Amino acid sequence: MTGYRGLVRALLIGTVATSVAAAQAPALPAAPAGAPQDSGALRVQVQGTLSEAQKNDPKLEEMTKTVASELRCPVCQGLSIQDSPSELSQQMRTVVKEQLASGKSEQEVKDYFISKYGEWILLEPQPHGFNLLIYALPVLLVLGGAGFIVLLVKRWTAAPVAIAASGDATRTNDEIPE
Amino acid sequence: MNWKRALIASATAAPVIGLLAWGMTRDPNNILSPLPGREAPAFQLAVFAPGQGELQRPMGDTVRLASLRGKVVVLNFWASWCLACRDEHQVLSIVAQSYAGQPVQFLGVLYNDVPDKGRAWIAEMGGQSYPSVDDPGARAAIDYGLYGVPETFFLDVNGKVAYKHTGPVSAGVLRIKIDSLMAAGAAAPAKGDSVTGDSAKAVKAGTGR
Repeated sequence: MTGYRGLVRALLIGTVATSVAAAQAPALPAAPAGAPQDSGALRVQVQGTLSEAQKNDPKLEEMTKTVASELRCPVCQGLSIQDSPSELSQQMRTVVKEQLASGKSEQEVKDYFISKYGEWILLEPQPHGFNLLIYALPVLLVLGGAGFIVLLVKRWTAAPVAIAASGDATRTNDEIPE
Repeated sequence: MNWKRALIASATAAPVIGLLAWGMTRDPNNILSPLPGREAPAFQLAVFAPGQGELQRPMGDTVRLASLRGKVVVLNFWASWCLACRDEHQVLSIVAQSYAGQPVQFLGVLYNDVPDKGRAWIAEMGGQSYPSVDDPGARAAIDYGLYGVPETFFLDVNGKVAYKHTGPVSAGVLRIKIDSLMAAGAAAPAKGDSVTGDSAKAVKAGTGR
């Protein structure tokens, strides 16, 4: 019976988790599977706007990595453009690098992508408005859970006292022998 | 008390069920573009497939968005490797032809593909009435917040994005959108006479990264 209940519980949790994941899943791009894997000719043209010094600048590379890690790859599932090998991600990384090289701040580069794709492009939603729920809910659930456990433990430990007290209504809790 | 437990359980379950139900009403594949209502990102891209007849543009000609002010622009991002693009190709070509001589500009934009393959694809599909431009490095695609092909953008006579269509577009959608944008354009003609001045500004804004 316990095994059966465990199975039902596992299935239930699995279903709920899948539903939540499905509701939050990023959009699946339209058939990028057949995309050409390499188009070196295009890339040469794109990277042409960066000077040799900028291409090899470790600080610029580091900043590019930081920003690219926060931007969602539009043609992947839950990957940043830093981690994705897709062509569009590589092109987006180039745009990030060029904008940083032109003097834009990391936030300005992110704002550029938000203005094109919406906040969806950020892997981590910005903590404002409705998004605050995502940040607040786990904390509230942990606090609520802790409160619930404390309440339960209190009730369990108080139970013998209540039974003992019911034997003699005139005695107070202090008088009950340990 | 059983009713008390039932009440607590319901109060706990209701928000979770509500959240899941709300999730079911949303299509995760449908990402709302922030572009409609805003100035369309400027571009200057070279023609690699000239189109046919009246809609033809010379090969290698640079198309600047700013020079299309006063026209309804239908911007269709496509690629030769995109299967869904095959479904809409003929519809786009026929509808574009039917608007020849009117203030409507159809423009194909090649996305992550090479022009030779694009031209071969057009020939295989039996030609394309309107011109297509190449987008090296997907610059215009990123500027338009593209996340797949085909995607079609409808721009009004003032150069603002009016509507974005994801996936193969139908003749009905094309006609409804174009007609309504043409009607709106006729009621309130394009602002500003100095197309050249606007164009220079717009191009600078679009490429100034």
